[in-house]
Amino acid sequence: MIASPLLELTAQFMTLSLLSIGGANAIIPEIHLRVVENLHWMTDADFARMFALSQAAPGPNVLIVSLIGWKVAGVAGAVVALVAMCGPSSVLTYWFTRVWDRFRDAPLRIAIQRALAPVTVGLILSSGYVLARTTGHSGPAYAITGVTVLLMMTTKWHPLWMLAAAAGLGALGVV
Amino acid sequence: MRVMHPARLPPSAPRATTRALFREFLVVGLSGFGGVLPFARRMVVERRGWMSEREFTEVLSLAQFLPGPNIVNVAIIIGRRFQGLTGAVAATAGLMLMPLLVVLLLATVYARFADLDAVRGACDGVSAAASGLVLAMGFKMARPIARTPWQVGIGAIAFVAIGIARLPLLWVLAVLVPLAVGIAWRRRA
Repeated sequence: MIASPLLELTAQFMTLSLLSIGGANAIIPEIHLRVVENLHWMTDADFARMFALSQAAPGPNVLIVSLIGWKVAGVAGAVVALVAMCGPSSVLTYWFTRVWDRFRDAPLRIAIQRALAPVTVGLILSSGYVLARTTGHSGPAYAITGVTVLLMMTTKWHPLWMLAAAAGLGALGVV
Repeated sequence: MRVMHPARLPPSAPRATTRALFREFLVVGLSGFGGVLPFARRMVVERRGWMSEREFTEVLSLAQFLPGPNIVNVAIIIGRRFQGLTGAVAATAGLMLMPLLVVLLLATVYARFADLDAVRGACDGVSAAASGLVLAMGFKMARPIARTPWQVGIGAIAFVAIGIARLPLLWVLAVLVPLAVGIAWRRRA
């Protein structure tokens, strides 16, 4: 690790920012790869719990990043990680809004959008898969994941109920 | 027909002050669990009437087209449209402030009680269910592309490279995005 964890956090998440096509949920495997496997900032179990906390709180999914920052360098780490994650992409968005009008009907834009759609799908499915494997060291955990997928695909129930039910089962020691 | 430029304001459009941008996005930030975009739409289109449904959809497609968290991009575009740089900063700060405080509070409480089996178990349960939410989201997003073989192929390669082989994202995107754009370009109508 570089001398200052804050610098390292900044470097890691600034580079991730511009790679995050498909939003925060698409880059979870990459965050896991860097934070758990390359930098050894936390264990699989820690990572899964940070993810759980970020989902249990209201607000954007990108908050997982500030929890990782918090784990590494406290409150300052949380702020630094979030700003680094949102900074470069926000600057790009701010700037790009100006040229969007000319670009929006361009064949190249339509081709790029059609190209990015399946990449995003692959990345988000990867996120779900990596998260399930990170959490699921037990049959019941995989079962909860599977039932949640099924309910989400076949019912219109609010996801919060599934998180609450799973939290209850976990607290009772099922997972 | 041309749709409204996300950055430009029609003469008769409503105005949003910097303070209103901050305050409204503050509420939006606290609203959603696992997805804030529907709440942002309701605030912008229905409650404040800052934009038409159509304009908001346009903003959303731009926000999703670019890298970065989609909702943050929405805040940047809308804030900028009404109040330039100040507006973009105010909207984004409003959006992030409360969720950041709440999540840090949760983390602090968690750290304090992490030794309890019930707390760890609850967390693992949530994590297992939330993995399912992400997977389901992926499956739903896969529906529109499921009948186009090259798109299925690109999606499958992305999944194997990132999810199974655990290759670095930069290299996967550097190969896969130009490949996919090339295919899409050759097959454009």
